[in-house]
Amino acid sequence: MSAVGFVVLFPLLGFLILLAIGKRLGDPKAGWIGTGAVLASFVSAIVVWLSRLGNEGHPYVLRLFDWFSAGGFHANVSLRVDGLSVAMILFVTGVATLIHLYSIGYMKGDSRYHQFFVYLNLFVFSMTVLVTANTLPLAFLGWEGVGACSYWLISFWFERPTAASAGKKAFIVNRIGDTGFLLGTFLVFQHLGSVSFSRITAGSLNLSPDTATAIVLLFFLAAAGKSAQLPLFTWLLDAMEGPTPVSALIHAATMVTAGVYLMARLSPILALAHTADLVIAIIGVATAFVAAMAATAQTDIKKIVAYSTVSQLGYMMLGIGTGAYTAAIFLMITHAFYKALIFLGSGSVIHSLDGEQNIRKMGALRKFMPITTVTMILAWLSIAGVPPFSGFFSKGAVLENAFGDSPFLWAAGVITALLTAYYMGRLVYVVFYGTPRFEEVTHGHDPHESPSVMTIPLVVLAAAAVLGGLLNLPVGGFGFLGSWLAPVFGTAQAAYPMSTGLKDALMGTDAVVALLGVFLSWRAWRGASENPALERKVFLNGWYIDAFYDRVFARTGTAVAELADTVVDQRVVDGAVTGVAGVARLVGGAGRKVQSGLVRSYLLIMVGGLIVMLGYVLTVAAR
Amino acid sequence: MTIPGSWYLVVAALLFGLGAFGVLTRRNVIVMFMSLELMLNAVNLTFVSYARMLNDVGGQVDVFFVLVVAAAEVVVGLGIIVAIFRQRATVTADDISSLKG
Repeated sequence: MSAVGFVVLFPLLGFLILLAIGKRLGDPKAGWIGTGAVLASFVSAIVVWLSRLGNEGHPYVLRLFDWFSAGGFHANVSLRVDGLSVAMILFVTGVATLIHLYSIGYMKGDSRYHQFFVYLNLFVFSMTVLVTANTLPLAFLGWEGVGACSYWLISFWFERPTAASAGKKAFIVNRIGDTGFLLGTFLVFQHLGSVSFSRITAGSLNLSPDTATAIVLLFFLAAAGKSAQLPLFTWLLDAMEGPTPVSALIHAATMVTAGVYLMARLSPILALAHTADLVIAIIGVATAFVAAMAATAQTDIKKIVAYSTVSQLGYMMLGIGTGAYTAAIFLMITHAFYKALIFLGSGSVIHSLDGEQNIRKMGALRKFMPITTVTMILAWLSIAGVPPFSGFFSKGAVLENAFGDSPFLWAAGVITALLTAYYMGRLVYVVFYGTPRFEEVTHGHDPHESPSVMTIPLVVLAAAAVLGGLLNLPVGGFGFLGSWLAPVFGTAQAAYPMSTGLKDALMGTDAVVALLGVFLSWRAWRGASENPALERKVFLNGWYIDAFYDRVFARTGTAVAELADTVVDQRVVDGAVTGVAGVARLVGGAGRKVQSGLVRSYLLIMVGGLIVMLGYVLTVAAR
Repeated sequence: MTIPGSWYLVVAALLFGLGAFGVLTRRNVIVMFMSLELMLNAVNLTFVSYARMLNDVGGQVDVFFVLVVAAAEVVVGLGIIVAIFRQRATVTADDISSLKG
């Protein structure tokens, strides 16, 4: 089980090697080294998983060394192996391996090729640290590490001003959430006297409901930043400025799910804070709906997928908020498969159209890119929740628990599911069907299918997206993931007793809604590339939420800064500085008159002074 | 008839005042220099007078020191005057005012 150390070590090793000699290795050797390091990490993760089989109930902690201590506070560097962390490292390293492989082809010819893999390996290292950490400070290290890598990779093409500012935006918005993480950690230490997850699990029952609510809400602030929930989701849309493999790995499959992971990890505390759980569920379902509506009107292919990601993350938070941790993790894993696939498929399209991202300038690509088309359609059916694809089971599990908690949450979730099937259908029909509209982009030559390093990951991910449901079938004896995670969540997991008939009805509703969405998109978008009635401006602009932030926060901030510039700096600060200089000049002006340059007047003053002193000595002091 | 010691002191004071007046009023640097020497020697005279009056040879020893220092001072001072004259062709004190503030 100590193989978990290697899961973390290999990406770090890859990072160090690429940092040292990556430039000399160049294109494509640096990419193969990076991919190899992550593949080794994935193999180690499989070894850890196999060694866990049979003793799922006992978490194993690998203590490496003490990080820092102060009084009763001890932060160890120790890695935790239990059902949750094993599930996380398996899909994180697995998806990361495929995306590394894809990047070898996608980043070909980039001037900073090796650097891309330096950042990617550092990211995988940080992510594995985050999900295996046994203490909150170590998890925070991973949390900040993935944030920093996200920043570097979003602004990887920093020559474009939009990419540079998108990176900054992601960093700044995430700082708001990180405040919550730190304050939550302090509160946990204050009330439980420890920051290790083992102690948190054991001692959570001593917490009062109010304290538990405060802790959960603080950590949810962190999760809302990282996992792009309302009201902090706007950075994820701008993050699409990064290279597409980055969007697939960091901003769809792994990093953005860190918030969901954190909430699942703290499930013993969440189970005590019912008000906070309701807040999480409502924000989750609201995020899912708002983002899905926005996705219906986007024209940038990556923006559609980005809003879709925000929407799916909302579903995961809905699962967390309703106590359905297993369902949330199940959705997270299947989402990693099909969303990474959708991003890589979009990347394949963008790659073949020389960087074009506007879906209006695509169309009819199925004739030129058969593999991409087929895998994208499979991903669409998965995310839409058409049975028997993976999304049907994972989203169904979340919705079933939402119904148990409150029919309103369920209804909002079902409407969002309809939208999901519809907007992804719109993407598929506009991009791959209809008439070709890419002449002005490609200048006559036809688009081409991507090289095999890019299509192999697509095929593997498509298989995973189709078959992912097998991880946790809602049939007795086939709920592998459920029984695997049961010891981790234990009694924190909410149980909603339901009759078999009700469950079947809910599943049937999911299937009907998914097929209805598919049908609606077929009706509306078969052969069409524009439909103003269905592409409202308010949704194209993401409900103007970003514009609202710009007006309220950014412009206020700018106004305050300008006030500080014109009044505080120029008048007060500069005034003080020039005032001091003016006084010195005045004194000097008076003083320079004494320096006449006439030797004889100096002598006269000297003699006069001497006489005065002598007179004093002889008359006053002599007495 | 012996001349009382106070007469010497009065002469010394007159010489000193004369020297000081010369230093303050003359413009020619060389004359100012000569006046300065007059002041120094007035002090020397005082030393010697007191040495005699108080029967203490220390005063006469001091005079030697003053003479030596004055000689050195003359060397340096005249050197400076020569250097200034070479550069500016003048030894008038009021014209040498380049350090005016």
